[in-house]
Amino acid sequence: MSDVPSLLYTDVEDDLRAAVRSMLESHSPWARVLERTDGDVAGDRKLWTLLTDDLGLAGLALGEDVGGAGASWREVAVVLEELGRAVCDVPYLTSVVTATALAEAVGARELLAELATGAVAAVAVPFTQPLDHPVSDPPRFAAGRIRGRVPAVAGAAEADVLLVPVAGAVVRVAAADARIEPVPSLDMTRRVADIDFGAEGGAAATVLAERDAVPAALARAAAVSAALLASEQLGLAQRCLEMTVEYVGQRRQFGRLIGSYQALKHRLADLWTAIAQARAVARYAAACAAVDDKDLPVAASLAQAVCSVVAQQAAEECVQLHGGIGFTWEHPAHLYLKRARADALAHGTAGWHRRRVGALVDLPPVAD
Amino acid sequence: MSVSPTSGSPTSVVTKVDELLAAHPPAGTDRLAFLRARFDAGLAWVHFPETLGGLGLDASLQPVVDAAFAAAGAPDNRPQGNVIGLGMAAPTLLRYATPEQQRRWMRPLWTGEEIWCQLFSEPGAGSDLAAVAATARRDGDDWVVNGQKVWTSLAHDSAWALLLVRTDRDLPKHRGLTYFVLDMSTPGVDVRPLRQLTGEAEFNEVYLDDVRVPDANRLGAVGEGWRVTQTTLMNERVAIGGAVAPREEGAIGPVAREWREHPRRRDASAYDELLRLWVDAEALRLTSARLGQQLEVGAPGPEGSGLKLAFARLAQAASSLHLDLAGADALRYDDWSMRRPDFTTPLDRVPGFWYLRTRANSIEGGTSEVMRNIIAERVLGLPAESRPDRDIPWKDLPR
Repeated sequence: MSDVPSLLYTDVEDDLRAAVRSMLESHSPWARVLERTDGDVAGDRKLWTLLTDDLGLAGLALGEDVGGAGASWREVAVVLEELGRAVCDVPYLTSVVTATALAEAVGARELLAELATGAVAAVAVPFTQPLDHPVSDPPRFAAGRIRGRVPAVAGAAEADVLLVPVAGAVVRVAAADARIEPVPSLDMTRRVADIDFGAEGGAAATVLAERDAVPAALARAAAVSAALLASEQLGLAQRCLEMTVEYVGQRRQFGRLIGSYQALKHRLADLWTAIAQARAVARYAAACAAVDDKDLPVAASLAQAVCSVVAQQAAEECVQLHGGIGFTWEHPAHLYLKRARADALAHGTAGWHRRRVGALVDLPPVAD
Repeated sequence: MSVSPTSGSPTSVVTKVDELLAAHPPAGTDRLAFLRARFDAGLAWVHFPETLGGLGLDASLQPVVDAAFAAAGAPDNRPQGNVIGLGMAAPTLLRYATPEQQRRWMRPLWTGEEIWCQLFSEPGAGSDLAAVAATARRDGDDWVVNGQKVWTSLAHDSAWALLLVRTDRDLPKHRGLTYFVLDMSTPGVDVRPLRQLTGEAEFNEVYLDDVRVPDANRLGAVGEGWRVTQTTLMNERVAIGGAVAPREEGAIGPVAREWREHPRRRDASAYDELLRLWVDAEALRLTSARLGQQLEVGAPGPEGSGLKLAFARLAQAASSLHLDLAGADALRYDDWSMRRPDFTTPLDRVPGFWYLRTRANSIEGGTSEVMRNIIAERVLGLPAESRPDRDIPWKDLPR
């Protein structure tokens, strides 16, 4: 643990970032993101096609044997920084990270090959739930059929395939066989949907993993998801800081640029300091995920404990320091605020991850 | 004076270490003799030029050298006892001193035979350092210095001081300053301990009464003192890098141990605070590691100024939580007597001492408020504060 892997960005990662950013600036400017929120369709299908077909980002972390690019979670993390920065509405985190990590962990090679070509999958667990934390009322699976409901699943409305953890197994269900009901969502750029597999006959399901293989696979997918979500939060926070710095450097009140007031400067300096720490922990988590380091569970929960707080702080400061304009629909700040707040709930809150860290590093809670 | 790194490899420097160890076995060699030989072999700080304790190599090779000496049980130069000399004076001398001055000062500085201190701050020039009022008046080949300096760590141990004084009262404050190296044994230098709220006297006040400094001890041109000072202060912030500490090594360590060792003292309301601080400590450790990696590839990031701020906050919060977890012992203090701290041995003090001592972390070496201004203006590029004192003669400033 005193041997810290490189937390810097490689030249390849810098090039990848530039390519993704240029694509997003042309095809997903915030005005388009905002405009799409008025529509009924979750997920920007056109942008998804550009990212997966033109840039080949769907199978980035997958091996070439299943049609992937043979890179690692480190590169995926850089893509997520850019997607967070542009607050894009694509199911990258849910499909390319969470579903792919689970498919990889259960050895579903056929599914991985589909994912590498840009097929969209979602893990049917509430987005707030850490995957390795048992849900109270999971869907029931028997004799090749699945029954029950799962609320608030991110990336489900966009999905072709659903991966469903049930008691003692992970099963695969075609999205077309389930009723997927999008609901108005706190995060307008990553909408959640309720999934209903039906109560009577249920939906057809095939087993991907059973019994003993399940907990480890879910733990791996949970850790990778938490680790990589941190990079999306980092990109979002960095963009909120930049927008705010630009604004306070232009806005005049009392005959001065408001950015010359220490009351504002100090808040932004604190935010910058926090983001520098968020970058270090996010890079560490991505590096641990990339090589499946034994410190990954700590790194992932550490990253969530830090980045959830920092991204939310950045988005809240962005609204506050923009003043009235920051509270309007026509300004992009609210897109970031909603994403940041939802991200802070995703895969467990910061508080949940702090307690997880405590359990992992032998700092037990108070005995009752 | 610039240093151009030439190629060097870990193997070749380790060979040099082995040669030195063979010629001067640590077990049978006097400590100072060994350190002088190490300096003369260019293994003191390998990125320094040859003849000044270095080999003109890349700084990233230094940890390799230090580890090889440590593994052989060789004595070190007790760097904790000469932090200002090693961290701030040496880079300043390297940049601004003449070759003759460098030959005179560098070796005893590195071996620790001569300790250095910094005579910068004054009662009226704290955060606003460029406002210094101590004056130097030219008199033949000498300058005659008068004034009062304060917050001087190590002044009572020091052979030499970095001294910033005003040589022209008619210029705006940043332009009338000149930088000298002062022999602390010069008549007229009066070092008085400054007792702190912890009880001990880590710092000093230094009174300068008609102190003569030879012009030959000037660093940089007359009136260029502020520029030289920037080099010194920049190195204060860079000094943070170095080796990556293990997990829980810093301020959080004693608190985590307290929690593990005393289950009965655990408190539900303290638990989340403990976890928050553990997370902060680990995030800071990784941020330092990242800064160190940037320095190694020659691309220093601006993270250093943020780290100082964050370390101060962590140290203060952790030491305060430690008191909450220490039970009735929290109310005991070990020693209020006025004494000089010994920086060369680990400080074994009660939590109450650390709670008090860490209050200074957000004041010393640039207050946290000044660090935030630096980040805001130099890193984020926010508009400068209105500065009515910048362009008027120093003598006309309101005071």
